[in-house]
Amino acid sequence: MKETKDHAALAEVFNADEPRVNWHDETLWFIRQKRDKAAHTVADWELLRETASQIKHNVLSNLHDYLLQFEANAKANGIIVHWAADAAEHNRIVHAILQKHKVDRMVKSKSMLTEECHLNEYLEENGIEVIDSDLGERIVQMAKEPPSHIVLPCIHKKKEEIGDLFHEHLGTPAGMADPQVLTEAARQHLRETFLTRRAALTGVNFAVAETGEFVICTNEGNADMGAHLADVHIACMGIEKIIPKREHLGVFLRLLARSATGQPITTYSSHFKKPREGHELHLVLVDNGRSIQLGREDFRNSLKCIRCGACMNTCPVYRRSGGHSYHTAVAGPIGAILAPNLDMKKNADLPFASTLCGSCSNVCPVKIDIHDQLYKWRQVIVKEGYADTKKTLGMKAMTQAFASPATFQLAGKAGRWFMRNVPFAVNNKLNPWYKQREMPAPPKESFGEWYLKNRKKRDE
Amino acid sequence: MTVGLFIPCYVDQFYPNAAIATLELLEKLGVNVVYPSRQTCCGQPMANSGFEHLTKESNNQFIENFRDFDYIVAPSGSCVLHMKEHLHSGKYPNETEAMRGKVYELIEFLTDILKVDKLKARFPHKVGLHQSCHGQRGLKLAQMSELVAPAFSKPEQLLSMVEGLELIELTRKDECCGFGGTFCVAEEAVSVKMGKDRVMDHLQHEAAYITGADMSCLMHMEGILRRQKSSVKVVHIAEILNAQEI
Repeated sequence: MKETKDHAALAEVFNADEPRVNWHDETLWFIRQKRDKAAHTVADWELLRETASQIKHNVLSNLHDYLLQFEANAKANGIIVHWAADAAEHNRIVHAILQKHKVDRMVKSKSMLTEECHLNEYLEENGIEVIDSDLGERIVQMAKEPPSHIVLPCIHKKKEEIGDLFHEHLGTPAGMADPQVLTEAARQHLRETFLTRRAALTGVNFAVAETGEFVICTNEGNADMGAHLADVHIACMGIEKIIPKREHLGVFLRLLARSATGQPITTYSSHFKKPREGHELHLVLVDNGRSIQLGREDFRNSLKCIRCGACMNTCPVYRRSGGHSYHTAVAGPIGAILAPNLDMKKNADLPFASTLCGSCSNVCPVKIDIHDQLYKWRQVIVKEGYADTKKTLGMKAMTQAFASPATFQLAGKAGRWFMRNVPFAVNNKLNPWYKQREMPAPPKESFGEWYLKNRKKRDE
Repeated sequence: MTVGLFIPCYVDQFYPNAAIATLELLEKLGVNVVYPSRQTCCGQPMANSGFEHLTKESNNQFIENFRDFDYIVAPSGSCVLHMKEHLHSGKYPNETEAMRGKVYELIEFLTDILKVDKLKARFPHKVGLHQSCHGQRGLKLAQMSELVAPAFSKPEQLLSMVEGLELIELTRKDECCGFGGTFCVAEEAVSVKMGKDRVMDHLQHEAAYITGADMSCLMHMEGILRRQKSSVKVVHIAEILNAQEI
């Protein structure tokens, strides 16, 4: 990763093309509206969110026990269970399984965890080809880009751009941008992939402790196609994906797709419990910073996330800065509270990429207090010394000016005088406010001064 | 009942008319209002930037200025929310709880404490209401579009009492304007784009004025309107509720 620009700089680049920003904003807002409509069909929607939040609360409070229960039941079902402390160990485990089976080509359905662990890059360095089978992921893979959204990986691409990629990689006619034609081309290409790959990797949406089974939700059926046609199925999950009982799916499956895309449920909710005869089913349980986050009281609830992406669709900043401006596997508001746990220095900018409007917390199906956590991360990041020096000095100067009412009144008066009489002192390109906005017209008199003349005498 | 008038620093310096209207409106409604002159800033800009640890002095000042009043009222949702959520003091540990409980944003003070059911105000114009996020989602001045819950709006309740006022509908009724405190300069590109989009929604529905309970959002949108040489004006909701236009 040679990322050096921060969110603000990357967002500025994204905003250079305003019609494109409008298109991106409208596209995601449309999904937010679909989500609203779907939520309104469930009379007890808010109760459902609260219930999901409480179930996850129980999970996080008893994670150790649930993980061991899940492991024991999964093993009894014939699943081979692995534990990975971090991304590197996860990648080594997956590689070792593939080596054991002499597999050098693998098909993979959507897994944000493997994005977080940079599995594709690792396997490619080790001579293993990975083809992503989720259509959106396949598209960004062709473009050599990371996903810009956890549910809609290529939402930043227009259909014409996808047509160009398919022309280059799949041989569709130049200039062809008809979604139906392009989808058919992808289907043929992926069908060949499914039929010829002996190993398939999938993510996991929910792992049920009481039964040792896991559930994968997709709209394309691509996880099933991969897993059912391969000899070896490797499923990778973060340790927070556990739910205690199968009946809890009745809560989470109702929330997941409605929150994500406004569908009542994903097309496929597939349960995997044991390997078929003569096949192997592996499950990798990955920590990668999650137990550290579990230990951070203020940020623990972020682990309730079921990766629906609703916070991204509703976020007015995400919609106008694009997923790539967050320079991390999980973008948007949820990414901004997860990423500093993994690398506080590299992701110090992300909790500041928000106006703290609070819309994210309101759409979250498991009621994570996302915007409060953004505020709290800001305090942590500054205390740990990751704020830039200019900002620290500015804040200290501001605090000084506000500390004394006399200084504040004098500075205010002087400032307003300057703005009236020497407007170019503030109306210049060094002032980021003035770049695209006028400064407020400075009045002759502050309210304090007005009050002294018009009311003070009465009070005394 | 004596109310301490809490005026945000930038309102004091740049928008005295919003503060005057707040004062006059409360007086008209029979409230005894006092403005403690030693107030500066509530500390929100520092705290939202991650420097909450620098707000000790502003917190102590706030308590010293306002502890003797029955209520503390401010024409700003975000400053009030900041006080309600983050006021703490090592110097006055026993007073913060009571202080947090008696700070009110102007609108909610009018509807919930004074229980205003009629106003002598006239403002014969098309007006767009900007729901500031901290007032709406933080103080719950109006129902939030994300929730599956009954609709209500305290600011609309008051605006409906103003003679001649025509409230326009918006396409996105509670989207953030992008001001966001230091966000407005630190994330200049996104902040301005959000502001332009919010302003456009009001313009497309033919607002002559954009109003709201937070002058900071309005200042941001005013900066954009004036750069676009628009004739549409921003006006604090207190100025409308106190208006006697013919």
